[in-house]
This record gives sequence, C-alpha cells and structure tokens, in this order.
Amino acid sequence: MSATAYALPSIVVFVTAALLIVVGALGVLAVRNPVHAALSLILTLFGVAVAFIAQSADFLAAVQVIVYAGAIVVLFLFVIMFLGVGRSRHDHVEPLVGQRPLAALGVAVTVGGIIALLASSHWVTGATSVSGSSLAKGTGNVHQLGTAVFTTYLYAFEATAALLVIAVVGAVILARRERVTEGAE
Amino acid sequence: MNVPAAWYLVLAAVLFGIGAYGLLTRRSALIMFMCVELMLNAVNLTFVTFARTLSDIGGQASVFFVMVVAAAEVTVGLGIVVAVFRRRHSTSVDELNEMKG
Repeated sequence: MSATAYALPSIVVFVTAALLIVVGALGVLAVRNPVHAALSLILTLFGVAVAFIAQSADFLAAVQVIVYAGAIVVLFLFVIMFLGVGRSRHDHVEPLVGQRPLAALGVAVTVGGIIALLASSHWVTGATSVSGSSLAKGTGNVHQLGTAVFTTYLYAFEATAALLVIAVVGAVILARRERVTEGAE
Repeated sequence: MNVPAAWYLVLAAVLFGIGAYGLLTRRSALIMFMCVELMLNAVNLTFVTFARTLSDIGGQASVFFVMVVAAAEVTVGLGIVVAVFRRRHSTSVDELNEMKG
C-alpha cells in the first residue's frame, strides 16, 4: 500500500500536524525557559487540533484550542509568571545515576513495542459501530457527540461536574495564603 | 481518501514517548506537568483515530472526559506547585525529599 494511493490534501494535512506536534513536543523537552516551554506546548496542542479536524472531530478540535491552548496553557503561564520561575538550574544535576539513558531506553522500548505491534498484526480492528456510521462523513459531529454525552455517558458527564467543583475548591484551598493570626498571638 | 489510521497511531506513540521521556528526565514540576499534558494529548489522538476507524462516537466522548479530567488535574497540580513554592522557593522536584526514609 503505497503513500500515493491517498489523496494529496490529507497527506499534506497529516504532515503539517505531525510537524507541529513533534516540533512542539521536542521544544517542551529541550527549552530551558518554562515560558518558552509553554509556548511550545501551544504549538503541539494546535497540531493535535489539526489532527482532530482531519479526522472529523470538529467539536473536539474547537475544545482543544479553547480549553487547552486557551485556558490550560494560560494557567501554566500565569503560574510561571506568578512564581517568577526563571531558567531551571537543576536540570544539569543528575541525582539518580544513569537516569537519562534508562529513561531513553524505556521510552524507546515502549514506542518501539507499540509500533511493532501496529506493524505486525491487524489488531487495529474491531466491531464497527452501527449507530455512528455517519461519523466519517464529518457532518453532524457536534450533534452526534452531544447525543452520546447526554444519553450514553450521562452519569459520567454529571460526575465531571462534581469533579470540576472539587478541583476548583481544592485549588483554592491549596493556593490560599494562610492568614496567620498574628494579632491573637 | 484519508491517510491510514496507523500513521496517526504512530504519531501518537511518538508524542507519548517524547512526553514520557520529558516526565522522567526534567526536574521542574511545571515542565513535568506540561509533559503529562503531552502524554494525555497523545492518548486523545489515539482515541480520535480509533473513533474514526471504527466509526464510533464513543472514542470522541472519551476524549471529552479526558479533557475535563486534564483541566481538573492541572488546576489542582498547579495549586500544589504554588503551595510548595511558597514554602520551599523552588519548583524542583528533587528538593521535595523530606519524607525520604
């Protein structure tokens, strides 16, 4: 199955997304300044959004840009600037001997194993859903996802509400500056 | 015709590997959180790819919930980072060794 069998636009979109994702991820890995790392993270998140659109996940691509690139990375930047964290001085010390080679080895084994599994067998198959047959056409993606979330996954959706409230309350309690009662002492 | 699903799966595997390597080697808690986000995004990409391959919206619904959990995780995690920084004046995870036996 040669690459020329596929339409050129989809290949271009895939290569663009792959470049954005890999360059951004390597930037997060390599850059010393946390602010630059956060900006590289935005690059990766946009690449993932491109890959979502290419696979007709329109709603998730929008959420990816708004929530991830818009909210989460801004939260990262806010904390970085709030703390005034500059260049990390500790990355050159290596308290655990051989940590980097071991990490590289473990990652290489994991990724290589996944790719070998992909290449060697046809485990990327399964029962095709009967309800979502129009998914590949790219129409009505939001409608489909909304129906699924509010019917099949309703309990999980309600649980996320509780989860978000707990997370917000927890974050406020954690980050609150404790008012030491100096006057009482 | 769209590119085969395996291309996206390999891309997701590579992204997961980069995130895992960063999580294992970097020292700053903030960068480690960013690497966790990379890994979560790799998994999201896999979910969406399988949703397309199997024509099942369940994969995309899973991504939706992963995003919610990721947002909650970042909120609490950064709250912990702020609390730790206030006490230790550092975000390096190597200095958080007080409970070492």
